[in-house]
Parts: sequence; C-alpha cells; structure tokens
Amino acid sequence: MSLLKVENVTMRFGGVAAVEDVSLSVDQGEMLGFIGPNGAGKTTLMRIITGVLRPQTGRVLFRGEDVTRWPVDRRIRAGLALAQQIVKPLASLSLVDNVALAAGAHRMVSPLAALLRTDRETERAKAGALLDFVGLGDALSMMPTELPLGDLKRLEVARALALEPVLLLLDEPLAGLNQGEARAMADLIATLAGKHRGIVLIEHNVREVSRICPRIYVQDNGRGLVDGRADEVLASPELRRAYLGEELA
Amino acid sequence: MAYEITVLTTMAISILFALSLNVITGFCGQVSLGHAAFYGIGAYTAALLTKSGIPLALALLPAAAAAGAVGFVVGMASLRVRDDFLAITTMGVAFLFVGFVRKQEMLGGEIGISGIPSVAFGRPGLLALSLLCTALFVLLTVHIRRSWMGFAFDSVADDEDTARILGIDVPRFKLWAFVIGTAGAGVAGGLYAHHIRFIGPDSFGFLESITALVMVIVGGIGSIWGVALVAAILSVLPLFLQFVDDYKLLLYGVLVFATVRYAPGGVAGLARTLAMRIRR
Repeated sequence: MSLLKVENVTMRFGGVAAVEDVSLSVDQGEMLGFIGPNGAGKTTLMRIITGVLRPQTGRVLFRGEDVTRWPVDRRIRAGLALAQQIVKPLASLSLVDNVALAAGAHRMVSPLAALLRTDRETERAKAGALLDFVGLGDALSMMPTELPLGDLKRLEVARALALEPVLLLLDEPLAGLNQGEARAMADLIATLAGKHRGIVLIEHNVREVSRICPRIYVQDNGRGLVDGRADEVLASPELRRAYLGEELA
Repeated sequence: MAYEITVLTTMAISILFALSLNVITGFCGQVSLGHAAFYGIGAYTAALLTKSGIPLALALLPAAAAAGAVGFVVGMASLRVRDDFLAITTMGVAFLFVGFVRKQEMLGGEIGISGIPSVAFGRPGLLALSLLCTALFVLLTVHIRRSWMGFAFDSVADDEDTARILGIDVPRFKLWAFVIGTAGAGVAGGLYAHHIRFIGPDSFGFLESITALVMVIVGGIGSIWGVALVAAILSVLPLFLQFVDDYKLLLYGVLVFATVRYAPGGVAGLARTLAMRIRR
C-alpha cells in the first residue's frame, strides 16, 4: 500500500490551471525527488498534499485514508510534516522552543490537556538532540532572527523531524544555499530516509536531487511529465524539453 | 478609608478587565475591539441576579458563564477572519451589544439598571471579593503562560499558518482564548456593576473597549504584570487628575502612539531593556 497517493488532482486559480490531472504516489521508505521548472506547480501540489489548498477535483490518500477534506493540523498529527520553501520560524521563540513546540504537538490535541501540562523538559531535550543532529547544537538558546538562511533551513528540517513524520515533504530546502551548503544539506536529507519514513524532496537543484534520490518525478505547466528511476528520467527527452525548450532539446 | 477602598476596588476590577483582554489579544494575538460587550454581559447578568436575591459571589459564576458563552459564539463567528477583519467584526459586536441593550425593557433600556444591591460587608466586602477574583485570574493567566496552552497561544499569535504546520488545531485554541478572556471580562463586569451600583448601555460603549486595549498595548502586549500595572494606574488616574477624565481619548491616543512608535513592547518591554542594560 502506498504511503501517499495523489489521484487526478486539479487546482485552478481563476482560468489558470496550476495543477491539472496530476497523479503521484510515494511508498513507505521511499525517497522521491520532485523537480520541474519555475511555475510547474510543485509548491501548489505540496500545498494540496498538506491541506493548505483544497483541489477542485481529485483526491489525496494518506496511509490509505482519504484526507482531501482534512484540515492541515489533522494531516500533520496523522504523520505528515512539511519543511516550507520560505522558512517561517516562530520569531518570538528560541530555536529550542521552536523545535520543542513541534515535538510536543501531540500534547496539544486537546486545549484542556495542554492547559493542565506545564513540563517541557522532555520535548526540550528531544529538540536539543534534533538541533544537534542538523548541526545547530550550539545555537539552542538563540533567536531565529539571529541566524542566516542556511541555518534557518536546518531549523525548518529539525522542526519537521520533531513531528516524527512517516512522510516528510521538503519544499526547496536547498534554495538560497551556496554549493557547499547545498551539498551538506543534501547529505543530511539523505540520512533522513528510513524503513518507515517516506520523503518527497522538491528541488530546482537537479544535481543534488539526482545524487540522493533513487526516483524522480518531473512536473511542468501543472502536468506530470515523467516519473521513474533517476538515471532514466535525467536521460529522458521530456525533461530536456521542460528545462531547455523544444528547440534546444 | 472609604475613599481608599473605592480606589483599590476600581484598580482591581480594571486589572481583571484588562488581563481578560490580554488573554485574547496579548497571549493569542487576536485583536478585539468589542471587549466591553462581555464586560456588559457580566454586569447585566450579575445585577439581575443579585436584584433577585442571589449573593454576588454566586452571581459571578453565571455572569462569567453568560459572557463566556457569548464569547464562544463570537469566537466561532470570528474564526474565518483575521487581523483587520477580526478587529472590525469584534467592533461590530460592541455596537450590537449596546444597540440590543437599549431596546430591552427587562434590562432597563436607555435608563439602565439602578439600585443594584450592595454586597455582604459593604464596600470592604466588595474590595475583598474583587481582590480575590483578580488574584485568581492573575494566577490562571500565569499558569496559562507556563502551560502548553500558552505555548500554543504563542505560536498562534506569532504565525497561524506555521502553527497549523506544527499540528496545532488553531481554531480550537483561538476559541479557548476567547472563552477564557470573555468569561474573565464577565466577572469584572459583575464586580463593576456592584461597585458603581448603576449600569446603563453607555457604561459599556466603544470607549470602554478601547480603554482595555490601551491598557494592554501600553502595558506590553502579552505581559501580565505590565498590563496589570498600567490598568491600575490608568483606572485611578482620573480620580486624582480631573483633566485626565476630560481628555481621556486624547491621552489614550498619545499613549498608544508613543508606545507603538517608541516602545512596541510597552512598559514591560522597557523594563526588560532597562534590566538588560543594568546587568551589562
């Protein structure tokens, strides 16, 4: 059974189809690279999967359940996590509290239970370990405003991991990083895939995606183009056409 | 002594009223321009009950429940709006309340309710009850701040969309903030009605909502002690300085402008900065 299944999803904004009749699946333990030129509808599809947008047609199945009408927070608690393209740390909280909040998300299913619980030490310890894992172990008490973009991207990943997801969606985690930082971040992402966790890595950096993802899915103009083994997809004429145009391809 | 008791009672009630708004606006980041409506609901509920012979200490519970219940309904209606639209929606509630009360004979209409009975042990008894209610609400807000609910409120106030991505059920937490805050305002209203012993629609107009908001902004949005301190000072200032009462709106405008422009953290923020400088 697929961990995630997107079936014939269409999302239009006015007369423009950002995503049209797209189908996609991710299995448990799989690491899928999701690429496409600017305006391909990658982030729109990601927002549909997380529940920020509701598609006009089609459905999203997560762990076998139809989650198309579920709100974002319910999908997150069901095992989905998203590291956003535009990093959005909670500016009023320190790094450790940003991650601890995610680690304690299960404590906040009921506001009453959240009111009765004050102890944060377990979650802070877990957050400290995760920040250490992503290379921010020395910055636990720092505020997000004090960090450069590369570190904020790491914070975003640590926060997503704190949710203990079975499916991790990474929306352009390498964007804005220099070559060295991008390689280090890609290496870190490669270590996150596991037997029980699927990963979808949306990226423009085809070099790093093809290096760490065994399977690649390509989308262009809101439609799925190619889906298959990384080496086959990279050699496909459809990919060349999408990135270079008809004439150059 | 009677004068001091009156001053202290005014202070305690104002602190409770301002802190109740602080839960909604300060903790959870939801701007409310109609908080006086819930103050009024508590006042009318408690006044009607004590006039029918129920002691104020007991009448405050239904007062809190009535204000909290209406707060729940307003909160539900406000879930789909944010920022400026939420402010406008809550402002509408304030006007709706005054308009409704004016037309209700049972609530005294334009004339209001007079002859509200005094509480057991007179003025000292009301002071004791006000101090007790305010102290309990302060403890509740301190606890909320330390709890996971406060942690969730922080994230909602900071960025609702990010809070959702972290698995937080944002609408439910917003509703809780509304219910706790409006119930607190209901208790403050009940105490106020028995302090002044006369209430009318104009006692809970838009200016009262703005007064509470000014206390929260100038005290330091989200700060418990900062808001309490400013509420205490602003509530009794007109008793000592007549011109403050005459130029209330002007004073509030200047205070809010100066705070937003020069000290966005309010009195609490200034105190924090000062403490950090002294430590260095």
